[in-house]
Amino acid sequence: MIPLNWYLVLGAALFLLGMLGFFLKRNVISLLLSVEIMLNAVNLTFVAFSSHNGQISGQIFVFFVLVVAAAEAAVGLALVIAMFRNRETLNVDRSNLLKW
Amino acid sequence: MNFLWLIPLLPLLGAVINGVLGKRLSRGTIGAIASGSVALSFAISLTAFLQMLRLPEESLPIVQNYFTWIQAGSFQATCGFMLDHLSGLMILIVTGVGFLIHVYSTAYMHDEAGFYRFFAYLNLFMFSMLTLVLANNYLLMFVGWEGVGLCSYLLIGFWFKKQSATDAGKKAFIVNRVGDFGFILAAMLIFWTFKSVDYVQVFTAAAAMPADQLGMIGTLTAICLLMFVGATGKSAQIPLYVWLPDAMEGPTPVSALIHAATMVTAGVYMVARSAVLFDRAPGALLVVASIGAATALVAASIALVQTDIKKVLAYSTVSQLGYMFLACGVGAYAAGVFHLMTHAFFKALLFLGAGSVIHGMGGIQEITRMGGLRKEMPWTFRTFLIGTLAIAGVPGLAGFFSKDMILAAAFVSPNFGKILWAVGLIVAGMTSFYMFRLLILTFTGRPRYTHHDVHHVHESPAPMLIPLIVLAFFSLVAGYVGLPIALSGTHELIGEFLHSGAPAPDGAEHVSVALEWMLMSASILAAGVGAFLAYLFYVLRPDLPGRIASAASALYSILTNKYYVDEIYDAILVHPIVVAAREFLWKFVDVLMIDGAVNGIGKSVRSLADGLRQMQTGYVRTYAGWILFGGVVIVAWFLR
Repeated sequence: MIPLNWYLVLGAALFLLGMLGFFLKRNVISLLLSVEIMLNAVNLTFVAFSSHNGQISGQIFVFFVLVVAAAEAAVGLALVIAMFRNRETLNVDRSNLLKW
Repeated sequence: MNFLWLIPLLPLLGAVINGVLGKRLSRGTIGAIASGSVALSFAISLTAFLQMLRLPEESLPIVQNYFTWIQAGSFQATCGFMLDHLSGLMILIVTGVGFLIHVYSTAYMHDEAGFYRFFAYLNLFMFSMLTLVLANNYLLMFVGWEGVGLCSYLLIGFWFKKQSATDAGKKAFIVNRVGDFGFILAAMLIFWTFKSVDYVQVFTAAAAMPADQLGMIGTLTAICLLMFVGATGKSAQIPLYVWLPDAMEGPTPVSALIHAATMVTAGVYMVARSAVLFDRAPGALLVVASIGAATALVAASIALVQTDIKKVLAYSTVSQLGYMFLACGVGAYAAGVFHLMTHAFFKALLFLGAGSVIHGMGGIQEITRMGGLRKEMPWTFRTFLIGTLAIAGVPGLAGFFSKDMILAAAFVSPNFGKILWAVGLIVAGMTSFYMFRLLILTFTGRPRYTHHDVHHVHESPAPMLIPLIVLAFFSLVAGYVGLPIALSGTHELIGEFLHSGAPAPDGAEHVSVALEWMLMSASILAAGVGAFLAYLFYVLRPDLPGRIASAASALYSILTNKYYVDEIYDAILVHPIVVAAREFLWKFVDVLMIDGAVNGIGKSVRSLADGLRQMQTGYVRTYAGWILFGGVVIVAWFLR
């Protein structure tokens, strides 16, 4: 039986990786991937707690997150295509029109 | 007698018709509506007056309450009219003289562009004045009081394209506001003291109160003094008389109706109406008498040297109003109202005569540029002569009897009566002098105008002359209702007549017949001296006035500059108020504080936003950073 802490540490590490990716990468597709990593890190934590506490709700929550993540990926990739068509780049630092 | 409400309402109807439809009506129709409504009102007043005379004294006053006007807690004011001998006499004067002046105006104002506007205002004035006189409580009187003030303002500024006319209108309005404030305070104090503003209730309650001691300020004295403040404003007494001479900027019929015969006497009417209150406030009475005497003297002395025909008459009006207050101040309310009546006739006559002269001269008002008008304007001259004789106090005419009654009442008054009498006598002499000076300079001698500036001097048309003749008739005979005992042998008719409205004080001294003869001789002498001096100065030795003026140049310039009162008021009141308004209220309070607060809020919000908007970099990473920061804060909050 693998103790709970291990799952939590793994989840935190994945989350941190996703976060670092989000902050350090410039390609918008990489950013979307980083977001997915963070979501799945949280999913792992949910499932770990669900199994540990013997409660089903955590696992149900994960399904919701997966559904939302799938929708997000669909919308996100559509946006990426629209962005590329407009600006011919995927570098987020070049898309900074939304400012004062 | 349930038709009293028609008396003020008919002129109001005329005002509404002329004011709303006037532009589309012909001049004849406008004049007929305006004069006709006042004529009807006069007829109804006369009917009411005659009916009232047949009633026994005990049934007076006739009070009619039409509806409850204001009901708030214990405060109640009704809209109702009251008819007694005093208000009956007043409505006859107002509608009678008013009707004549309306007729006169149809000719005098015939070529004016604002013809319908003029008559709408004039009828509105009649409505307000009749409301003032007929009201059965102080609050309704105040409505009329404000109404006549408004109409006065509108009519003084009738030629509103002329700067001096609008200035004069504003001055009249603002100066009157000062007095009106006193009236409001008096009405409040009356309600506070008597729990009512109704005349009958107030006077009944006041009669039961112990009188104030002379020199002590009790509630009654305070009420009376505040009321008198109102009277000084409306009736142009010291210190608020300054607006009346300027009010001559208005059309001459307005000067005759409002600023000589009716509105300016409202203060006298108010004092006479409140006789019960004033009798119980000897301190206030003394103030009234002193102010009246001082005003009479000051205004008469200014009138001595004025050269504008209307200005002379204006100062004369102020002076005569002073006489009326002098009479009221010594407790002779009947004498004051008697003089009010005779003055309404002869001063309206003089003003209308002056208007006729100005009309004939094509707008010239300076008596130094007139002269010899007797031949060109014979009827104006004759009626003006009668007016002059009446105001100068020539025996047999109206002014003689009323002035004499005032002087006699002053002489026997225990409170400084002799001084008041002496002042009155001097004023009588001065009145005689300046009126004969006016008459001589205007109508006799050689013409001092050239045919270059006056094309065709002509007598006025009949609608202007007929009112003059009617008023001249009354100036001749109106005095005989107040024959002194020495002449009639029985009693003072007018005094007894007015007793129910303005009762004489209980302890009023009666003048013995011998004393009456003596006082009459004195006032005839004063009038004679004044008339003789005018004859000497302006007929026999025309060089004398100039030599006296240069010999006493300081005194002369003080008089021609009207004691510098306007300048003094300017310096101590108007200028500081203007400066304070500009420097403090405008530049400090308005610009710095109010605008500063409003703009300051805007500015600070803006600069805050300027700082905050720096957060919006447009970089995805920055937003992610803020999300992270927010998440950390929330987690930290739960973990604390």
